[in-house]
Amino acid sequence: MLISILEQLINGLRTGSIYALIALGYTMVYGIAKMINFAHGDIIMVGAYTLYIGIALLNLSIPISILLTVIVCSVVGVAVEKIAYKPLRNAPPLAVLITAIGVSYFLQSVSLLIFKATPIPFNSVINLQSVKFGSLNISGITIVTLIVTTISMIILTLFINKTKAGTAMRAVSEDKGAAQLVGINVNKTISMTFAIGSALAALAGILYICQYQTLKPTMGALPGIKAFVAAVLGGIGSIPGAMLGGIVLGIIESLSKAYISTELSDAIVFGVLVVVLLVKPSGILGKKQNEKV
Amino acid sequence: MPHMLKIKNLNVYYGHIHAIKGISLRVEEGEIVSLIGANGAGKTTTMQTISGLLRAKSGSIDFMGRNLMKTEPHKIVELGIAQVLEGRRVFANLTVKENIQMGSYTVKDSLEGLRQARKDIYDKFPRLRERKEQLAGTLSGGEQQMLAMGRALMTRPRLLILDEPSMGLSPLLVKEIFEIIKEVNKSGVTVLLVEQNAKMALSVSDRAYVLETGKISIEGKAEELMKNESIKKAYLGA
Repeated sequence: MLISILEQLINGLRTGSIYALIALGYTMVYGIAKMINFAHGDIIMVGAYTLYIGIALLNLSIPISILLTVIVCSVVGVAVEKIAYKPLRNAPPLAVLITAIGVSYFLQSVSLLIFKATPIPFNSVINLQSVKFGSLNISGITIVTLIVTTISMIILTLFINKTKAGTAMRAVSEDKGAAQLVGINVNKTISMTFAIGSALAALAGILYICQYQTLKPTMGALPGIKAFVAAVLGGIGSIPGAMLGGIVLGIIESLSKAYISTELSDAIVFGVLVVVLLVKPSGILGKKQNEKV
Repeated sequence: MPHMLKIKNLNVYYGHIHAIKGISLRVEEGEIVSLIGANGAGKTTTMQTISGLLRAKSGSIDFMGRNLMKTEPHKIVELGIAQVLEGRRVFANLTVKENIQMGSYTVKDSLEGLRQARKDIYDKFPRLRERKEQLAGTLSGGEQQMLAMGRALMTRPRLLILDEPSMGLSPLLVKEIFEIIKEVNKSGVTVLLVEQNAKMALSVSDRAYVLETGKISIEGKAEELMKNESIKKAYLGA
């Protein structure tokens, strides 16, 4: 029984850390551009297909394919911002929201046109033996996922808190006008945010596809929406919040799948969100709205 | 000699509201010039148009012989105009030190040079040094004003624009802030000052403009304006 709970916790940690990587993109973009980028989940799909192109179609090595995936996703993320969101910088939030949904469908349709609707099987690029601790069995994918996500989060945290560019990002997210008046290029900062968020989504896409091993154009939608829930759960705009929200969500999902019902697990996940929002609308680690002086 | 800052026939709109109606003003190198006027006269709008946060519909803004009408705000900072916005607008969730560091975002200098620049700011505002590691949002109003000024000075401006530096501060602090403004000016930085506290502003300024509902109604030497009867009545409370 104990082993089984432990296994479920580790499974939850694995899925949750992938959600967390994606949630970081939502929360960073929200912090800087004050918008919910609903096309963010589809970047995972772009990443998964890019990896497939690199490995199966172009016969590139695994490291090169991974690098290519990260670059392509960053470029797509920045391009989406420049083409679709930037012209709407001063538009009402609803217009931006609808545009984001439009971009999401656009990315899905492009991949549908190119790769058709039939799911494509894909063999994991992570071929690591599973590790046994007594009767506890941890798969190689799980280990790699935990290592990659932990390292990514540490690097991101250091970048945001310790570097000049990271501090500038925090400054822009707080006050665009004041940031411009110390000479920060806001457009560049926003582009950088989209690039970083999309690179994290690329990594999430790679880890996700190694787990599920099937490509389809809509594959980014569900992890995308769950990561969005994770970001809100943790407190949208908060980086530690996104990490925590993702992991909490993954564990809840895994435990309810194992011990309550597979069918109900999504309902339980969203139910938790409703409860958290009722009790603490700003999310677990969300800050109270700054009071205007 | 060319003017440092020259604004000609500037018109700024907020949607359909004609906020600035064809004003012209100039600032010469080394001066302290103040823009006084009641709430809603358009002082802040004028200042934010100079720094590029707002865009004018027509007219011209020239700084050191360069037209700024289409220049992006962060480029204007690099050209040498720094602005302390109304309400200070420090980065509340950044530490005092990080706020100061952000001021030198565009400054190209050695690490040693930047360290010296920060030291100069802390020497000017010793209270900021004590609170270096504190989040800026936890500072008092006066300390935030000092931080905003320190941050602006870190950009190494030739022209420093201060929007309502006395707002919400005790009389003693207002005096302190204005002493610092005079010092900054003596060190070679030209100052353009926006104030509701007309008495204080005129007492440190070389020249002044009075803005009334988007138009300049009076302009002249500060000492002459202090004696002007209509100004006394409307702005000096005497």
